[in-house]
Amino acid sequence: MELFTNQVLAGIATGAIYACMALAVVMIYQAIDHLNFAQGEMAMFSTFVAWQLMQWGTPYWVAFVLVLIFSFIGGVVIERALFKPLAKAPVLTHVAGFIALFAIVNSVAGLTWDFTIKQFPSPFGSAPFLGSQLISTHQAGMIGVTLVLLILLFLFFRYTRVGLAMRAAAVMPESARLVGINTSWMIALGWGMAAAIGSIAGMLIAPVVFLEPNMMGGVLIYGFAAAVVGGLSSPLGAVTGGFLVGIFENLVGTYIPGVGNELKLPIALALIITVLVVKPHGLFGRTIVKRV
Amino acid sequence: MSTVQEVSSAPMVAAVPKKAMSLGPAASLLLLGLLVVTPFFVKNFIIFQMTMVLIYAIAVLALNILTGASGQFSLGQSAFYALGAYTSAILIEHAGMNYALTLPFAGLVCFIAGFLFGLPALRLSGIYLALATFALAVAMPQLLKLGVFEHWTGGVQGLVVTKPDAPEIFASMGLKVSQDMWLYFFTLVVTIVIYMLSVNLLKSRSGRAMMSIRDNEIAASAMGVDVALYKTLAFGVSAGITGIAGGLGAIAVQFVAPDGYTIQLAIALFLGMVVGGVGWLPGSLAGALFIVFVPNIAEHVSKGLSGAVFGVILIFIIFLLPNGARQLAFGVQSVFSKMRRG
Repeated sequence: MELFTNQVLAGIATGAIYACMALAVVMIYQAIDHLNFAQGEMAMFSTFVAWQLMQWGTPYWVAFVLVLIFSFIGGVVIERALFKPLAKAPVLTHVAGFIALFAIVNSVAGLTWDFTIKQFPSPFGSAPFLGSQLISTHQAGMIGVTLVLLILLFLFFRYTRVGLAMRAAAVMPESARLVGINTSWMIALGWGMAAAIGSIAGMLIAPVVFLEPNMMGGVLIYGFAAAVVGGLSSPLGAVTGGFLVGIFENLVGTYIPGVGNELKLPIALALIITVLVVKPHGLFGRTIVKRV
Repeated sequence: MSTVQEVSSAPMVAAVPKKAMSLGPAASLLLLGLLVVTPFFVKNFIIFQMTMVLIYAIAVLALNILTGASGQFSLGQSAFYALGAYTSAILIEHAGMNYALTLPFAGLVCFIAGFLFGLPALRLSGIYLALATFALAVAMPQLLKLGVFEHWTGGVQGLVVTKPDAPEIFASMGLKVSQDMWLYFFTLVVTIVIYMLSVNLLKSRSGRAMMSIRDNEIAASAMGVDVALYKTLAFGVSAGITGIAGGLGAIAVQFVAPDGYTIQLAIALFLGMVVGGVGWLPGSLAGALFIVFVPNIAEHVSKGLSGAVFGVILIFIIFLLPNGARQLAFGVQSVFSKMRRG
């Protein structure tokens, strides 16, 4: 039983990361209707910037805030420079654009900071949480940050004018434009927010997986998976999906013999396909009804 | 609720505006002539790379049938490519079968696998289908490494495939045909056959049914198209053709190993389709040229930044030609027809 609790708690902790990533994925998906395949790389890049700032002697929280601002601006710039010109291009061309962005960011980070593994500090420390052996302070911190983030986002979308405008622009761009919402900038704003949320995910997971240019590969896959399981149209679903995937992945790795690390990913993905086949729009997703 | 169809918002692929999905006869013959003549003027290594271009062109064409014609988006083609490659390799090495005869088997195995995968995938569309197929691509290398199949697949080490010699008949006629040269022409013949069959498939009743599903699934089903059948059929056909490409790939590279068929291959095939033009079959060749040669060029420009160079080239291409080589070809065509009218 202790093993079980242990694994579930560890699963919740990694799940918090997937939840963060999924939240970033859903943010962009809401704004532009695409999955951003370069989300993980963007987060990785932001994390490297944070690391660099700290190498230069910036205190953690100052670096944290600076990186949030940097990522936000970076996201907006990427949208303006790369994806606004592509707005009229076919959907699949967009996806190719994401892949190009992925290649560029990964390569530039590799050249700037090379591929050696680096330590990344945790703001919470790694001591056991409240004297319990089950979960470390960092893991607890990850869960806490994710939940705070979720609440902030909820408040933003629910109670602010900009949040409302963003939702309107995402759901009905034509009508939103008619009532005077600048939909084009709402998309850029969505990109900025997604990049910022992604950078939080990157900085939270870096102490666990260590810092290197390919660190987000697996995380992003789980993030996608979480977003899809929860439903791409629902931030709450994305977070729930993240925790579910984290827990499931840990339990499968522990209890099914012969799975180990190698097969953990395929099995997690198999779960996702199963969920999708039963509920094609995810657990919390809304059903889209289409007319001819 | 049950009476309402549930589908995601916009179709993944816009219809190809009235123009054909294939080349005209003159352009086809010109292209074919080029493909036949070139190997006589280049080095063996280039011939090998051109063989790979043809093989990837087959795989991109397969993806084009799935995405361009039936509107289903797949990131899992590398899994079927791997399955085909292993089928061929195992039949050649363990059963001692002739390499050419293994290709139909590779195609058949993949057709069945694709058809079976297409059944659950029926419920998914757009980005959800992309994720499901993506999962397949991620899982494939791990499955190939499993200890259970190790006797057949060689596990992590993979299998070595003997490279075929040119048939005796050339030697008896006094012609010296190198292995690379023979393999190239063999692949070329297979490519042409598959291309012609695909063009005919898309022109047929079944092809039109697939395209009607791509354009509007609900309207198609209202008109009596068996949506489930044609969607899974498209999956099966696409997987089968990809499998044949995989088999050819195994013969050409003389080696199969799990790590050769990662998600990167699936992404490359996808990029090939976009660069060539979604839904335009001849574009597959242009796309294959892109995925074989552009990474080399990028490596040439800068070793450390090859990924960035590749990404920048890709962005340039999609900025200039958002619809891929198809756009270029149609542009050239309209210039010609204007000149003729003069």
